[in-house]
Amino acid sequence: MPKMSIAEAIRQGIREEMRRDARVFCLGEDIGIQGGFGGAFTVTLGLSEEFGHERILDTPISEAAIAGLAIGSAVCGMRPIADVQYGDFLFEMMDQLANQAAKLRYMSGGTLSVPMVMRAPVGATGRGSQHAQSLEAFFTHVPGLKVVCPATAYDAKGLLKAAVRDDDPVLIFEHKLLYGSKGARSEKGALSPIGEVPDEDYIVPIGVGAVRRTGKDVTIVANLLMLYRSLAAAETLAQKGIEAEVIDPRTLVPLDKNLILDSVRKTGRLLIVEEDNLTNGWVAEVAALMADEGFAWLDAPIKRVAAPDVPPPFAPPLERAYVPDEQRIVDAVLSML
Amino acid sequence: MGTNEIALYQTMVLIRRFEETVNELYMQGRIPSTLHLYIGQEAVAAGVCSALNLDDYVLTTHRPHGHALAKGVEAKAIMAELFGKATGTCKGKGGSMHVGDIRVGVFPAIAIVGGNVPIAAGAALSAKMMKNGRVAVSFFGDGAANEGDWHEAMNVAALWKLPMLFVCENNLYAASTPYKAAFNIETIARRADAYGMPGVVVDGNDVLAVHRVAQQAVERARAGEGPTLIECRTYRQCGHSRSDPRTYRTQIEEAEWKTKDPIVNFRKYLLEELHVDENSLRQVDEKVEADLREAIAYADASPLPAADDLYSDVYTPTSEGGRHA
Ligand SMILES: Cc1ncc(C[n+]2csc(CCOP(=O)(O)OP(=O)(O)O)c2C)c(N)n1
Ligand SMILES: [Mg+2]
Repeated sequence: MPKMSIAEAIRQGIREEMRRDARVFCLGEDIGIQGGFGGAFTVTLGLSEEFGHERILDTPISEAAIAGLAIGSAVCGMRPIADVQYGDFLFEMMDQLANQAAKLRYMSGGTLSVPMVMRAPVGATGRGSQHAQSLEAFFTHVPGLKVVCPATAYDAKGLLKAAVRDDDPVLIFEHKLLYGSKGARSEKGALSPIGEVPDEDYIVPIGVGAVRRTGKDVTIVANLLMLYRSLAAAETLAQKGIEAEVIDPRTLVPLDKNLILDSVRKTGRLLIVEEDNLTNGWVAEVAALMADEGFAWLDAPIKRVAAPDVPPPFAPPLERAYVPDEQRIVDAVLSML
Repeated sequence: MGTNEIALYQTMVLIRRFEETVNELYMQGRIPSTLHLYIGQEAVAAGVCSALNLDDYVLTTHRPHGHALAKGVEAKAIMAELFGKATGTCKGKGGSMHVGDIRVGVFPAIAIVGGNVPIAAGAALSAKMMKNGRVAVSFFGDGAANEGDWHEAMNVAALWKLPMLFVCENNLYAASTPYKAAFNIETIARRADAYGMPGVVVDGNDVLAVHRVAQQAVERARAGEGPTLIECRTYRQCGHSRSDPRTYRTQIEEAEWKTKDPIVNFRKYLLEELHVDENSLRQVDEKVEADLREAIAYADASPLPAADDLYSDVYTPTSEGGRHA
C-alpha cells in the first residue's frame, strides 16, 4: 500500500473527489497559481495542472468572499472545497460561517443545505499570535457546523472525502506540524507522520473516533499534534508500568461519545489534551460529558491539559511553555493515580 | 520644510542593510520563524515617514521592518524582537510580524492582511476628536485592497474626512498571486473615486516623488480635508517569505526591476545631480553598518524571556474597572 504524508493524502482525496464528481471544485488564496506554492502548505500543488483554473480557483485575499462563494455555490448545487492559509483567518469570515453557513438550513426549515468544506491549518509554529491559534473549539459551539481534525494520512484522505460528500458544512482542521509539507514550505520541528493510504476510494465516516493505543489505567483523549504527544507520553508511562489508552476523536462535532465513555468505564480515569487555550475548549465539553454520563466510573478527578489562557507567543522559550508537551501529559496522568 | 536628501538616503540604506543582515542571520539559524523582507520597497517607507511627525501614527503589515525603522523604531529593539529576546519591541512576544513601538507612533504590526486599515481609521478618528493635529498612515499591500476591512475603512474615512493616508504598496504580487489575477482594474488608486477621496499613483521607487505626494496628503489631512489614497508602484526584490523560490515570476521581470532599484538610483542622483560629496554618503553607509553591528550585539547579549513572562501582558494589571487576578 502506498505511504504518504498528510498533505499528499489530502491532495489525493481532493483529486479523487474532483474526478468522481464534476460539482467539486477548490477555491482559496495562492492555491493554483502557476509556479506558486499550492496553498500555504502545498496541499493543492499540481491540481490546477490536472483540473484547470476553472475548477481550482485562485481568489483575491478576500476571506469573507471565499466563504460566501463557497456557501452560495454549495446551496445552488456545487461542492466547494475552500481553504484559508492559516486557521486564524477564519475570523475574517466568521459571519459567513457562524451566521450564514451554520444557519441557512435551519432558518429555511430544512429546505436548503450547504454542502461545503472549509480547510484550515492550525497550531503554533513560531509565527506569533496571529498565525498560531487552534480554533476547533470556537466552531464546536456553533450548531449546524461539523468539525473534523484528521491526525493521520489515512484519516486525512478519508475524512476529506466524507466531508465533500456530506450535505452539511464541514470544517477540517489540519495541523501545520503534521502535514509533511516539503521543500520551501517544510516546517521546522514538524512530525510529518507518514502513513499507509489505499489508492482506492474509501471514506472515514464523520463522527467516529479511533483508539490509537489500548490500556487499562487511564484514558487520554487528544487530537492533532496532541495525539502524538500523548502517544509519546503513553510510552513513557508504560515504562513506569502505567498503561494509557489513547483515543483520537477524529471528529469533534459530532463527537464519538460512546468510544470515550466505554474507555473510561474500563480505565476509571480521563485526561483530555488540546493545544487551544484551556478555558471553554472542547476538552471542557468532554469533561462535562463524562461528569454527566459516567461519573460513577471515575476513580479520580477528570484532568485537562491545554495551553494556558494567553495568546500564542513568538519567542521560542515562550512558545515551548505555551504548547503542551509530553512532560505535562505525563505529569497530569501521574497526578491522577 | 526643506527636503533632507541625505536623511532619506540614510533611512533607505538602513532598511536595505537591516533586511539583508536579518536574512543572513535567518539563514544561519539565529532568527527563528519566518521573515517578510522589504528589499526593493525602501523608498515608500522612507518617502512617507519623512513627511510625518514623531507623534503621527503608522500602522503596518506582515512586512513591517521598513516602516518601523523609517518611523524611528530603534534598529536594536527590532533586532532583539526578531531574536525573540526580552528586550525586543514586544518583549519577544510578537516576533517579526508584530514589531512596533507606540512611543514613536508605530502600532504593533498587524499580520492579518487588511486588518490594520480600520484601526488606522480609528487612530485618525481619535486625532480628529481630540484635535491634536496628528495624522494616521495605513501601509498595506496590493493584496489588502481586496479585503472587506479595507473597503469599509475607505468609505468611513472619506465620509468623516478622517486625517489619514492610505498608502498602498503595489509590488505587483500578493504572495504568489500577480496583480492581474486579483484585480480587474489597472490601478488601485481608481478605487479612491468610488469612496470620494483623491487617489494618486506614484513611482514607489522614487523616494522624492513619494515624499512629495505624501507631504501634500499630510497637509490635506491636517487641514481637515480628509484622507488620500496613494498607490506606490514598486517591486519586492526578494521572496515573499522565508525561502520562496519565486517561480511564479520571471527572471527577466526581476532583472528589469533591479535596474529601477530605489537606492542605487537615488545615490546616483545625489552624486550626479546634487553633486553630493561621495565621502559623505560613504560616511552614512559606515554609520549604518556600525548601527547594525551594535543592534546584533545588543540582540545577542539580551536575555530570552523567562517562561513565566508567558502569563504577563494579557490584561492590564490594574485598571479603574477592576483588578485582574
Ligand atoms: C487575512 C489574511 N489572509 C491571508 C494572509 C496570508 N498572507 C500573508 S501575506 C499575504 C500576501 C499579501 O500581499 P500584499 O497585501 O500585496 O502584501 P505584500 O506581501 O506584497 O507586501 C497573504 C495572502 C494573511 N496574513 N491575512
Ligand atoms: Mg503585494
